[in-house]
Amino acid sequence: MDNKVLYIVGFAIIAILFVGTLLMVNGEFGGSDDAGGEVAEDYGYEPWTDNWMADIGFELPGETESFLFAVQAAIGAIIIGYFIGTNAASKKE
Amino acid sequence: MHIMEGFLDPMWCAVWFVVMAPFFIVGVIKLRKILRDHPEQKMTVALAGAFIFLLSSLKLPSVTGSSSHPTGTGIAVVLYGVGVCSVLATIVLVFQALLLAHGGFTTLGANCVSMGIIGPLCGLILWKICSKAAGPFISMFIAAAIADLMTYVVTAIQMALNVMTVTGADFGSAFVDFLSVYAVTQIPLAIVEGIVLGMFAQYLSTSRPDIFDIADTNKLNPFSTEV
Repeated sequence: MDNKVLYIVGFAIIAILFVGTLLMVNGEFGGSDDAGGEVAEDYGYEPWTDNWMADIGFELPGETESFLFAVQAAIGAIIIGYFIGTNAASKKE
Repeated sequence: MHIMEGFLDPMWCAVWFVVMAPFFIVGVIKLRKILRDHPEQKMTVALAGAFIFLLSSLKLPSVTGSSSHPTGTGIAVVLYGVGVCSVLATIVLVFQALLLAHGGFTTLGANCVSMGIIGPLCGLILWKICSKAAGPFISMFIAAAIADLMTYVVTAIQMALNVMTVTGADFGSAFVDFLSVYAVTQIPLAIVEGIVLGMFAQYLSTSRPDIFDIADTNKLNPFSTEV
């Protein structure tokens, strides 16, 4: 299969999966990590600490969470973009 | 798969740190060797880590009505093996635990074992099998999707073991309950991760086929430091 066809089909499948999920599924899309914690609590497990870092005074405000997730994604995306860019440039030379 | 702070008994926190330690130490040794003996591979190592950084930051909706995130460990484990993958995953987990209160330091060992070691090891085994018969897209699709999915299966095992020893719950039913929360949500996301990394492997195979020479020399043995 030609690479371009593969990329188009690949991205189309991903788009269909996400658009279909958002349109068809009626859910709150809460995190599965939190849901796992709730299952543990249903079994009678009580967490022995909530956030010990906050107790010792290290806690970033909640508003920064989205920003820092974006920073994390940006770090990854910039490196991948740089790799693809240098690759394309070295091919031209 | 990020087990939150306090959701593992201190005994299990210690156990998973002990399990993680040898893989992590071998990974550090191998990473130092790669950077010293093959400085031209610095960019490839960064690329392997970048996929973990990028994909594990994306909280994506799933068909189950909940959301989760991919792991992005497929490229790292295929190119550099389980040890290096565990080091790269640990960097991401520390970033998230320190700055995002996502996961935690007490559960770092458990999270690294699932996301950086056992999940990727399953993916690497499948890469070694599939790459002999199939092309890079199919091989990476299978390796990345299984590495992702197995990460959540291992997390379900870790959580089930924890509630079994602390509350006396039946392991089997606890495992099924945790699996239904983690793994079922993860199946469509594992497929998406497989497609993304599969497409990138296809791109590499045509633009930089030399990179797959690294994958060919990469040993299945997680304790090999050969580069």
